[in-house]
This record gives sequence, C-alpha cells and structure tokens, in this order.
Amino acid sequence: MSDAHSPEEVKEHIRVYLYVFGALAVLTVVTVAVGYFHLPILPALVLALVIALIKGGLVASYFMHLMTEKRLIYWLLIMTLVFLLAMFALFVSAYHGQDGTLVVA
Amino acid sequence: MDIPYTIEARPDTGVYNAKLGVWLFLASEIMLFGGLFSAYIFLRIGAPEWPGEMADHVYHRASEVLNVPLAALNTFILIGSSVTIVMSWASLMLKRFDRYKLYMGLTILLAFGFLVVKGFEYGSKFSHGLFPSESNFLAIYFVLTGLHGLHVIGGIVVNAYFLGPGAKMWATNPRRFTNRIEIAGLYWHFVDIVWIFLFPTIYLL
Repeated sequence: MSDAHSPEEVKEHIRVYLYVFGALAVLTVVTVAVGYFHLPILPALVLALVIALIKGGLVASYFMHLMTEKRLIYWLLIMTLVFLLAMFALFVSAYHGQDGTLVVA
Repeated sequence: MDIPYTIEARPDTGVYNAKLGVWLFLASEIMLFGGLFSAYIFLRIGAPEWPGEMADHVYHRASEVLNVPLAALNTFILIGSSVTIVMSWASLMLKRFDRYKLYMGLTILLAFGFLVVKGFEYGSKFSHGLFPSESNFLAIYFVLTGLHGLHVIGGIVVNAYFLGPGAKMWATNPRRFTNRIEIAGLYWHFVDIVWIFLFPTIYLL
C-alpha cells in the first residue's frame, strides 16, 4: 500500500490529521466540563460514552486509516465487537440473576 | 528465508501480512481490556456506594479521590502522541527521514510524559494510604490504569527500537520500514483509544 499515495495525497492527509487533533482536544475539554456538571448517573454515563465513542471513532477512522481499510479488517473488528458485547451481556445478566434488580450506584 | 507479503498486499486478504497480524493482536487486546471493563461494570452495579469507603472516608464521586486535571492532561498528551506517530508515518511516505525521526522522538517523549504524570498520580494515592487492597474501586482503578501503563511502556520499547537500531531498515528496505511504522502506529492509537474510554468512565462517572 505504501506507494499508493502521492505526495499531494499525503499532504492532504496531514491537514486532516491536524483537524482531527483539534476535534479531539475540543471533545476532551467537553468531557471534563460535563464531569463538573455532576449530572445524574444515567445521563452522565450516556453522554460520557457518546463523547468517548466519537473520539475513539475519530482516532480509528483517520489515524488508524479505517476509513479506507480492506473488508477483511472490517469483518475482523465487527466479530470482535460482537464477542465484546456478548461478554458485557453475560456479566450483566449474571448480576440480574441474583435478585432480579439492576442497581447502578 | 523471506517473509512473504511484507510490502505488497496478499491477494486474498487485501492487506500486507503484518497489518492483518497486528489487527488480530488488537482484537485480542480489545477482549483483554473488555474483560476488565466488564469486571468494572460488574463491581460497580453491585456496589451500594461508588467509589465508597477507603482509608476511613466515604466518597461519593470518583473525582473526589482521583486527580481529574492530571488525567485530563494525560489525555491531551496521549492524543498529541497519536498525532506525532501518524505524522512520523506520513513523513516516511514523503521520504522525509529527518522529519520521521523528529516525530517518532516526540512520540516517545510524550509517552514518557504520560508515565511521569501517572507516576505522580500513583505516588499521591500511595502517600494517602490508598492502595489496591483498600477497596474494590482502587483495585479496579489500579488494574485498569496499570495494565494500560504497561501498554504505554511496551509502546515506548517498540517505538524506541524503530527510532534506534530498527531505523537502519530505511536504508535497505524503505517500503517495508514504512509499513512497520504504520502498524506500530496502529498499536499506539489503540493504547490512546483505551485511555479515551478509561478517562471518563473511571475518573468522571
């Protein structure tokens, strides 16, 4: 793949990297600011995860070049996410099994 | 013996072999950190109070125990290092080896900066008697951030090799070397993404 990019393309990539850096910095400030609002746990959790997903998505899409990756890598990651969610579900369902209630501290 | 497909993409996978290998490794890493995240969720939904009692105090927010400004600083340091390592790869694509060395050196410096900040955080916890054995909260905090810290150290070792002795390959096989930096970057971005999730979920919730 290395020679598939012309110098102009790489320079365009670099411009995008700097925009992504800016977006990540702004979102980090937003994350910290939201933390100081002391929202109730559920909205705080949803907001924190949404911001983290956007930041992680930006890093994966642009810095890790997932925007233009091959299908095999996408399948590999989709399978990993399925297994990850299954593992989360197993943990949470195991807790439900004990007294039937889900308590978020 | 020559390792096949270090430069050209393998026709059936569409990528060079090392890239697929690193992505498979990262998939296993997602499950490793995912398992510990599950443990964190599990401990937390079962706890009557979080972070709860430690060193004779009852805390109601993680931010009362942990140092949010230092962790936010570390977030900036890591996303900065993600930019510098991708710039080191882009420099090789532009055949600017001098720039590559500059950006890779900066990446390693930022990684050390992250560890120094982390060291201050750990040090202040220990000096207040806040050890992993003190509570479930501290146990999962030290396990998750400690494992992440080990990954930062691992990244420093690999990146230092590519800045030092490993950089000789630029003279003999520049395309293969460029690919090596691309996949070293993949690993380093993964370490960044783990921190992007650790920071809000442990420090701010």
